[in-house]
Amino acid sequence: MTHYLTVKNVSKSFGKFQALQNTSFEVQEGELVCILGPSGCGKTTLLRVIAGLEEQNSGQIIQQGREITNLPPDQRDFGIVFQSYALFPNLSVKDNITFGLKTRKQSNEIIEQRLNELLSLIGLESHKNKYPSQLSGGEQQRVALARALAPSPGLLLLDEPLSALDAKVRQFLRSEIKNLQKKLGVTTVMVTHDQEEALSMADRIILMNKGVIEQIDTPQDLYSKPHTSFAADFIGKTNLFKATKNTEHSLMMFGQNFECHQLLTQNELMVAVRPEDIKITDQITKNNTLSGVVKEIEFLGSYSIGLIEVSHNNQRKSLICHLPLDNNARNDLKKNSLVNILLSPQSLKIVNSDLQI
Amino acid sequence: MKKSRDDYLTIFFIAIAATYILATLALPMYAILSKSIENKEGLFIGLSNYKYYFSNPSLFYSIYNSLFVSIITTIISVTLSFMFAYALTRSCMRAKPFFKTMAMIPILLPSLLAGIALIYLFGNQGVFKALLMGRSIYGPIGIIIAEVFYTFPHALLIIITALSIADARLYEAATVLRSSPIRTFFTVTIPSAKYGLMSACFVVFTLVITDFGIPKVIGGQYNVLAIDVYKQVIGQQNFEMGAVVSVVLIIPALLAFIVDRIVQKKQISILTARSVVYEPKKNKTFDLMMFLYCSLITLFILTMVGMCLYASLIKFWPYNLSFSLKNYHFDLMDGGGWDSYYNSIKMASYTAFFGTIIVFTSAYFIEKARTIKTARIMMHLLSMMPMAIPGMVLGLAYIFFFNNPNNPFNFIYGTMAILVICTITHFYTVSHLTAITALKQIDYEFESVSSSLKQPFYKMFFSVTVPISLPVIFEIGIYFFVNAMTTVSAVVFIYGPKTTLASVAVLNMDDAGDIAPAAAMGMMIFYTNAFVRISYVIITKKVLVKFQQWRTK
Ligand SMILES: Nc1ncnc2c1ncn2[C@@H]1O[C@H](COP(=O)(O)OP(=O)(O)OP(=O)(O)O)[C@@H](O)[C@H]1O
Ligand SMILES: [Mg+2]
Repeated sequence: MTHYLTVKNVSKSFGKFQALQNTSFEVQEGELVCILGPSGCGKTTLLRVIAGLEEQNSGQIIQQGREITNLPPDQRDFGIVFQSYALFPNLSVKDNITFGLKTRKQSNEIIEQRLNELLSLIGLESHKNKYPSQLSGGEQQRVALARALAPSPGLLLLDEPLSALDAKVRQFLRSEIKNLQKKLGVTTVMVTHDQEEALSMADRIILMNKGVIEQIDTPQDLYSKPHTSFAADFIGKTNLFKATKNTEHSLMMFGQNFECHQLLTQNELMVAVRPEDIKITDQITKNNTLSGVVKEIEFLGSYSIGLIEVSHNNQRKSLICHLPLDNNARNDLKKNSLVNILLSPQSLKIVNSDLQI
Repeated sequence: MKKSRDDYLTIFFIAIAATYILATLALPMYAILSKSIENKEGLFIGLSNYKYYFSNPSLFYSIYNSLFVSIITTIISVTLSFMFAYALTRSCMRAKPFFKTMAMIPILLPSLLAGIALIYLFGNQGVFKALLMGRSIYGPIGIIIAEVFYTFPHALLIIITALSIADARLYEAATVLRSSPIRTFFTVTIPSAKYGLMSACFVVFTLVITDFGIPKVIGGQYNVLAIDVYKQVIGQQNFEMGAVVSVVLIIPALLAFIVDRIVQKKQISILTARSVVYEPKKNKTFDLMMFLYCSLITLFILTMVGMCLYASLIKFWPYNLSFSLKNYHFDLMDGGGWDSYYNSIKMASYTAFFGTIIVFTSAYFIEKARTIKTARIMMHLLSMMPMAIPGMVLGLAYIFFFNNPNNPFNFIYGTMAILVICTITHFYTVSHLTAITALKQIDYEFESVSSSLKQPFYKMFFSVTVPISLPVIFEIGIYFFVNAMTTVSAVVFIYGPKTTLASVAVLNMDDAGDIAPAAAMGMMIFYTNAFVRISYVIITKKVLVKFQQWRTK
C-alpha cells in the first residue's frame, strides 16, 4: 500500500538543541492526522519541515511518490494556515482568498467562480468585501482556511488553527473543519496541543514528546491502549503504579496479587489504570481488590471524582477514580470512610516508562 | 535545500545592494584611508603624513577646542532637552503639542543659520550685544550657543522616547514608600531614562564634533578639527592632509557610535518589559514652572528664526530697517543664485525618491529573506556604518574615489548624481533603522503564506508589504528630503559649478560678507522644509486615510 505522505527519520536541530529526533510516520490519502504534544515538543517544527519552511538536518519526505525532501516551499504541493492566520490586512476577504489564484493564467470568470465556491464553503458570502480587521476571530480563521484551500492543494497543513479562539467558537469550528476536510477529501496534518481537539477531530494522532514520536494511533486506541506512561498520562487522566511480575498473567502491587489480561514479559512493570476503570465494590475477593481511605470528593455534575489513598508498608499512594452518582449515593461515601476498590484484569495496562514514581 | 526562484531573485538583489553599498561606502572609505598614507605623487609613504601632522602644535589646539565645545554643548543641550522632555511627558502643562512642534524647528534649518542668527543678535552690531558684557560672540561662546540650538531637537526626540517608556508602577511604589519627589527623581526617573540620556549624549557629541558649518560662520579664529579638514582641502588644496585629519576626526565619532550601539542593546530589555504607562498628575506650581520653562526655550528658538527672517526682509541692518526683498535677489550675489535653490530642491527630491526605494527594499531583503543569512547580517552591519562617518569625511572620500580617472564611475563626478548618492549614504543609517523597525512589526508568516500559494515574493511585496508600510515610507522620504535640503558637510567638497546648492550658497554668501542674503537663502530652505512637513501632515490626515481604510475596525 502506498501512502500519500511519508516522513522518514527526519531530524532537526537548532544549534545544539535537538528539536526533532528521527521522526517517521505515514499519512494516508484523505486522512486527518493530528500532531499532538506539550508545548515546545517540536510540533510546529515538524510541520514547517513538511512545508519546506524549515530545513531538516537529515531524513526524507515523500509526497505522492515524489521525493520533496530538498524542494523549496513553492515547489511543494500544500496549503498552510498559521496560528496567527497571517491574513493580509490591507486586502479584502476576496483578495485574500484569490491571492493564490491570480497570475495562474486563469480567466476572471474561473477565479470568480472558485471564489464563490470557497465563500459558500466557509459561509462568508456576505463578507467578501470586508477587511480582516472587520471580521471576528472565527471568521478570520475560516478566511485563512479558504485562502489555503483556494489552489486545491493536495495537502493541508494547519498549525494550531483554533488556539486563538474562545472555547465556544472552538467547539463549533472543530466539527466545521472536520466536515469540510471530509467533504473535500483533502489530506490534512494538523498541529495542536489540545488533547480534546485531537481526540475529537483526528483519524489518527501522532503523539510527540521532546522531539520524539511516542505513539501513532487512532484516538480510541491511544486512549485505551497507551504504549508509554507519557501517552497514558498525557491523554486523559491516569493512575500510574509500579509493580512486579508474578506469573505471565499476574503481578504484585501494594502487596496484593492482581490478575492481568496482558502477557507480562518484564519483571519491573509500570501499570496504568484509568480513573473510570476503578470500581467501588462491597465484596473483597482474593485478587484485584484493594482497600483505601477516601481523602477527597469533588462533585462534577454527572459524576464525582474521588481521591482514594491506599497504603502498604508505609508507602502511600493516592488514586483518582470516578464515582458515578448512583454509586456515590448507594455507598454514601464520605471523607475518611473506608472503601474497597476493584481493578479488573482488563483495566490494568502495562506501559513502557522512563518515568520514576 | 534547493534554491527556489525567489531565493535566486533574493540573492540577485542582495548582491546588487551589497555592490551598491560597497561602491558608495566601503570603497570610498578605503580610498580616504589609503590617501592618508600617500604623498602628493600618490606613492606610499607610511605614516609620515600623520607624523608631520602630529608634530604641528596647532593640531592640539584643534583637538582640545573640538573636545571642549563638543563636551560643553553636550552637557547644556542634553540638560535643556531633558527638562523640556520632562515637561512634555511628566507635567500637565498646557500647549504640549505646540511646544513639541516649536522644538522641532531647528531640524528644518541648515545649521549655519543658527550662526547667522547669533551674528545678528550678538554680533558687533547685534541687538543684544550688551548682554555679552564685552565678550565676543565669535568664538567658543557663539559656537556653543548655535550648536545647542542645532542639536536640541535631536536630543529631545531621544529623551522623549526614553521618558515615555517609564513604568508607572515604579512611581506608585515610590509614593507608597513616601519617597520625596526629589528622591524619586534621582532614584526612579534618572535611572529609567539612563540609556536614553546616554544615547542623546553620544548623538549630540557626534553632531557637534563633526559639524563645521557653525564654527565656520561664527567661530572666528577658534579652530576645530572639522574646520581643519575644510581648510586643508578648500584653502590649501592639500588633500593628503585633509585625509589625515579626516581619519583623526572619525575616531571620536566611531567611538561614540560603538559605545552607543552597546548601550542601545541593553535598552531593548527595558523596552520589552511589561510596564504600565505613566499618567502625570496635576500640580499647579510645577505645571506653571514647566510652562514658563518651555515658553522660554520656544522664545529662544523663535527669536533665532525670527531674527533671520527679519534680517532677510530689511534693506540694511542696522541702518535702514525698511522692508525689502532685495536680499532674495540671489542672482546678484555669489553662491550660484536661484539656481542653487532649484538644484537643492532637485537634489532633495531625488535623494528622497531614490533613497527611500534603496533603503526600503534593502531593508526588506535584509529582514525578510529566508536565504543567505550571513550575507544579510553583513549587509545590516554595513548599513549601520554611515552613522559613524562625518559628512565631510564622506564627501572627501567621494572625491578620492570618484575623481580617480581609473574609476569607471568617474563620469558622475561633478554631477547631481554624486550629490544624491553621497547624501543618501550620509543619512542611510537612521532611515535603515526606521525601515527595519517597521518591517519587524509585519507578520513573518506572510512570506511563508505567499510561497505556499506559489506566488513570487515581489507580488507579496508590492501588494501587501508596501501598502502596509506607506506611512513609514513617507516618513523616510521626508527625512531624506529635509536633511538633503539642509546638509552642508556631506556636499561641500563635491558640488560642481553646475550643481551649486542652497545650503552651500548660505555658506559662501556668508563667507563673502553677504550675511543678509545668506540669511534669506537659509530662510528659503526653512520655508521649503516647513512646507513639506506641513503638507505631509495634511496628506497623512486626509489622503492616506483613504488608502488605509483597512486599518479601521
Ligand atoms: N528558529 C529556532 N531557533 C532555535 N530554537 C527553535 C527555533 N524554532 C523552534 N525552536 C525550539 O525548538 C523547540 C520546538 O519548537 P516548536 O515551535 O516546534 O514547538 P511546538 O511543539 O510547536 O510548541 P508550541 O505548542 O508552544 O507551539 C522549542 O524548544 C523551541 O524553542
Ligand atoms: Mg507551535
